[in-house]
Amino acid sequence: MTDTKPKIGFIDNSRLMIESMVRAGADVFIGYPITPANLLYSYSHKRFPSFFAAPDEITTVQLMSGFAAAGHIPVTATSFPGFALMIESINMAYMMELPMVIVLAQRLGPATGSATSGAQGDIALLSGLISGGLAIPVLSIAQHTDNWTIPAQCVQISVRLRTPVILVTSKEEVMTQYSFDINQLEPITPVKRSYYEHDETFRPYLPNANLVPDFLPLTNTKHQVRYTASTHNMDGILQNSTKEALANTERLHNKIVKNSSDFTFYEYDEQIGAESIVISYGITSLSAKVAVKALRDDGIKVSLLLIKTLFPIPPVYYSIIEKYKKIIIAEENLTGQYRQSLFGYRHSDKIKGVNKMGKMIDPNEIVKAVKSL
Amino acid sequence: MEKKYLNEQSLPFCKGCGHNLISESVEKALSNLTLSPLDVILVTDIGCHGIIDKAFKTHTVHGLHGRSVALASGISAGINNPEKKVLVFLGDGGATIGMQHIINASHYNYNMTVVIHNNFLYGMTGGQPSEFTPLGFKTPTLSEGADHKNYDICKIVAAAGANYVRRIIGIGDLSEQFTEAFAVQGFSLIEVVEICPSYALKANPGMKLGKVAEEAGLPAKTYVNETKEPFYTKRNQNKETLIDQIKTLSVKYNSLIKNPIRIMVSGSAGEGVQVAAELFAKAAITSGLNATKKGSYPVTVGVGFSSSEVIISPDTIDYTGFNTPDILIITSQDGLNYAKAALTNMSVDGFIFIDESLMLPETKAKVTQHDFRSKAGSKFASIYALLYYLNFSNIFPKDAYYDVFSDNMRNPKVNIRSLLN
Repeated sequence: MTDTKPKIGFIDNSRLMIESMVRAGADVFIGYPITPANLLYSYSHKRFPSFFAAPDEITTVQLMSGFAAAGHIPVTATSFPGFALMIESINMAYMMELPMVIVLAQRLGPATGSATSGAQGDIALLSGLISGGLAIPVLSIAQHTDNWTIPAQCVQISVRLRTPVILVTSKEEVMTQYSFDINQLEPITPVKRSYYEHDETFRPYLPNANLVPDFLPLTNTKHQVRYTASTHNMDGILQNSTKEALANTERLHNKIVKNSSDFTFYEYDEQIGAESIVISYGITSLSAKVAVKALRDDGIKVSLLLIKTLFPIPPVYYSIIEKYKKIIIAEENLTGQYRQSLFGYRHSDKIKGVNKMGKMIDPNEIVKAVKSL
Repeated sequence: MEKKYLNEQSLPFCKGCGHNLISESVEKALSNLTLSPLDVILVTDIGCHGIIDKAFKTHTVHGLHGRSVALASGISAGINNPEKKVLVFLGDGGATIGMQHIINASHYNYNMTVVIHNNFLYGMTGGQPSEFTPLGFKTPTLSEGADHKNYDICKIVAAAGANYVRRIIGIGDLSEQFTEAFAVQGFSLIEVVEICPSYALKANPGMKLGKVAEEAGLPAKTYVNETKEPFYTKRNQNKETLIDQIKTLSVKYNSLIKNPIRIMVSGSAGEGVQVAAELFAKAAITSGLNATKKGSYPVTVGVGFSSSEVIISPDTIDYTGFNTPDILIITSQDGLNYAKAALTNMSVDGFIFIDESLMLPETKAKVTQHDFRSKAGSKFASIYALLYYLNFSNIFPKDAYYDVFSDNMRNPKVNIRSLLN
């Protein structure tokens, strides 16, 4: 930050997210409009080198997969009704190991629910997005500047690990306007793409040391390239559960888990001597921050963990959490979906959820919960 | 003789299946066009035909059931090179589930050739009928015969805008027809009518393919042969960045407020509520404050209420919501209805500014009634009401609001500086 004079804009996070992904190297947006992802769509139209209005969300991810197989980095943005249609195709792209970023702007469900109400209600769905329970990176945002840094990271991860990445946000995060000093934005490094360059026959699913196979687009004229959604061997040939093919499917999961430390993002604000910790993510992070400050102002010792990498759950979260006697998890859904992902369904006197549907969680609700546990 | 596009493996289909003829004829057609195998991308669907990938030396992509044409559309648009040949194989099952994709690809006129292997039934799952099964045609799961007519995919695709559409009967060498279809720039489709030797023949003894096709209204003919411009992916790497597009605001004024003020503006959709709130927030920013704004409205644009929540503060604002506003501006009956909960919760410290046409609500807050709607018209009611509040409170200079108004409103029909006179 060389320019010290602030440059204030009245902006929204959709703008930062789209610009961030383009700077990171994403080059085509394909989407079907849906509230509350509309701003992401319209900014994409203004900014992406190529833009496609798809006729529906299944076609969206199929087109994205085609573009990815041709060497591009596609992005889309949707909300639950559209995302639900995408799931089989996301599984396809996952199996084919194609890079892409899918932004899920949550709104109140079920079904069409309330298009203009925010929510954090799709977390349980994301925890089991890939059939078989295989890991896929799901990232979220904890503060305004994350809307600049995390989307670029999503592009990076998707290319480095050859995988679709889900970036989860919500209505209030992508539509609220706020005053923001543009000089706070750090430069973004464009993703470097590497391709298979040897003379030996290319095996499209032969993993390297990181368990990620080398990549070649369908434009290659030296090697045959195969992309396969069905269970396949390292040559990309469909196989009915042979040892090699099953090992390949298992690798898809292990690839994400093994490399998860490369995309473990969180903020841990530790207060020495605190017995309680407040955990949150996404839109409720902002409320949690305010609540923790209020509690500390009140003389109550409390730590704060704001989660950005939702899935696969980074082990470091448990190392942090186990230091505390009382755990308070705030999220804008009825059942405590991320709490259940972290700790299961069993009741515990140690763990308390602050949950609400249809409206943002007020910091006072978190304050009360901390005081009552 | 060694084949150029097929490898040495034997074809994975039943004896007598038309799929064999298609693969062999594709080999000849590609050879006729002297395409390099690695300039060909074969995209297959789910179904018996889809297990052919392993026999091809071209690039191959094997996706989901029914989605092959959409996937191939992305590949074609992504490659964006008419020298490459994108070929799609799918069956009548895939064409049934993914018909919209075929129509869409035809409509866009993407560079590709789709070969529909239409054998009137689902071969891979036991011979169930598809939407392509002709009336009366029997399958192992439908011994009484199909009770409705089949689709005519050629007519549908022709209507959607394809450059080339042709139906052929799957007997003998098909390479001449394929060569013609593959040479087309833009979208071409060939429907090959076939008989499934495993299921159709058993269920319909003695059937003749040509006769079935004729009775089903599926003649072998060319429906379209045109040269409309194929799809081309536009690409512009030099668009202005979204950051450069931000109109930055410079601090020119000063505000003396010490604490956040939470303002709710509640009115009718289509009456400029969101714009008014945005202008007010920007004016606060030019007065050195932080500001946030979020809107609430029903899904339908232009009907019902529209409400906006603005927070202005000398400090950073993390949490952008609030339960109860400090200041409530109500400019219409829709707005009053929406704000009912907020105004009952407001305390004696709160202020309400409400249009004088509306019934005075029950509240502990201090209420000011004023004619906001008629002076500058209903579309400016919220802009005027916020100016009125600003004049009342002096939380920042009115000039800040005037400046932002002039900078943001093109051809305003009102003179904002005269509203308070």
